[in-house]
Amino acid sequence: MLLKVENITTCYGQLTALRNASLSIDEGNTLFVTGPNGAGKSTLLKTIAGVVSPVEGSIMLAGSPVTRKTPEDIARLGFSMVPEGRHVFGSLTIEENLRLGTGMLTDKSGIAEGLAHVYELFPMLAERKHNPAGVLSGGQQQMLVIARALMAEPRLIAIDEPSLGLAPLVIDQVYDALLKLRETRGLTLLIVEQSSTRAILAGGRMILMRSGEIVLEGDAVQLSKGDALQAAYFGYGEH
Amino acid sequence: MTAILQFAFDALSVGSIYALGALGIALIFGVMRLVNFAHGDYVAFCVFALLWPSIDVVAIVFVGNLPWYLLIPVILAIGAGLSVLSEILIFRHLRNSNPATMMITSFALGFVLQHVLLMLFTSRPKSINLWSNLSLPVELMGARIPLLQVITIVTTITILFALVTFLKRTQFGIEMRAAAEDFTMARMLGVRANRVIMAAFAVSGMLAAAIGLILATQTGTTDINMGMPIMLVAFVATVIGGLGSLPGAVICGFLIGAATVMLQVFLPLEARPFRDAFVYLAVIACLVWRPQGLFSPKSARERV
Repeated sequence: MLLKVENITTCYGQLTALRNASLSIDEGNTLFVTGPNGAGKSTLLKTIAGVVSPVEGSIMLAGSPVTRKTPEDIARLGFSMVPEGRHVFGSLTIEENLRLGTGMLTDKSGIAEGLAHVYELFPMLAERKHNPAGVLSGGQQQMLVIARALMAEPRLIAIDEPSLGLAPLVIDQVYDALLKLRETRGLTLLIVEQSSTRAILAGGRMILMRSGEIVLEGDAVQLSKGDALQAAYFGYGEH
Repeated sequence: MTAILQFAFDALSVGSIYALGALGIALIFGVMRLVNFAHGDYVAFCVFALLWPSIDVVAIVFVGNLPWYLLIPVILAIGAGLSVLSEILIFRHLRNSNPATMMITSFALGFVLQHVLLMLFTSRPKSINLWSNLSLPVELMGARIPLLQVITIVTTITILFALVTFLKRTQFGIEMRAAAEDFTMARMLGVRANRVIMAAFAVSGMLAAAIGLILATQTGTTDINMGMPIMLVAFVATVIGGLGSLPGAVICGFLIGAATVMLQVFLPLEARPFRDAFVYLAVIACLVWRPQGLFSPKSARERV
């Protein structure tokens, strides 16, 4: 098991953003996290990444306990995170952005190949590799952060809403690339999406979150067949 | 022509010190949102490191007697060491506190340093003879310019050039720039927070030491308060430059230097004692016009 999250609870001050959440992913598998705004999806990812500390629970990554580890230590275990919002380094060039995550790699031989791969995936980045990343449009910045996360040669990549701000055609490209890496390199995917559509297309397991809790879990295709998903998403039957 | 040259050299050499100071402050602010008000006291500390502690009226020169090629690295190392030590012992433990808490702590550290110097050396300014032959003027296209001014400007440009090369060309430099812009994201890419912050403190301390050496040579005196006025102007320069922007800090350091020298030359004689009032009036106007600073980085605007 690559990632095992057990009963974590995360608070921002008085507010409990994530309550008693558990999940696990095997290497080479995909887990989608869906749910409405404010369900705690981003908090879940941030807690795993070590950006916020859980008040309770434990997280194991690649066999090591990482519950109160720093983000850089967790990244060095092969966890690559694409947080919500576009966190490009605007004053750095595109190529500097891409190279940033490679600083922790002990084997530098794959960097050139990695660059070639992401440039092939997003040719637009290659055209402007020496421009500051700040000049990119929103969608282009989203491509850059995904490309940058791939450059770190992760075992597990966590992406918070990859489709946000991207044209449908580009979203397809991004997913194609991710799924291909899943096949060829055994890359594990942890993806947050508001809707379940992508999860159904890509296949894999899915969890649904609402009000800080995981309310439903199962195979994405199976879950989408019944009414349970819709009911859980909107909270039918509770009012 | 000679007047213009004279003016340019005056402005650049005054601006150099402000720019170096502003850079030292901006570097630390960039990586940990700390405005380090103890920075000026690092400057004074490095100057006093040239002397042997004594309460005598006459300074007992100690490190200051070393040949220049030893003296400069020793003083730079003292500056870097003091700065790194303050991060390890104090600022590291405040990493996630409110910026106001960190600022007040840096004030307190400044007072502690100042009073340590006071205990060891008394508050009486002492004269020190450090490379005094550098104050002799050189003839340059008809203008008589103190050699020290030329050296100050050349040194500053060399330091800036070296720093730009470090920040642009090395992996560590790129990590430092990234950390200054978005610290959390940089860490999520495996950038080691402690190392980057310690490096920023070390560089910042060396910049303070460089200012100390220039000041000691220029004025020929040591005074426990000598870093304060520089720190104040340098801080103002970082704010006008846009907090967190390194080029902004440097450019505004030079701008304030130029404005100061220009006012000194062009103000009517009766108004000259109030020169700083005019400088700071310009600062206020600048901030009213652009509260975020002239070169505010994107990251300063939207940072969670």
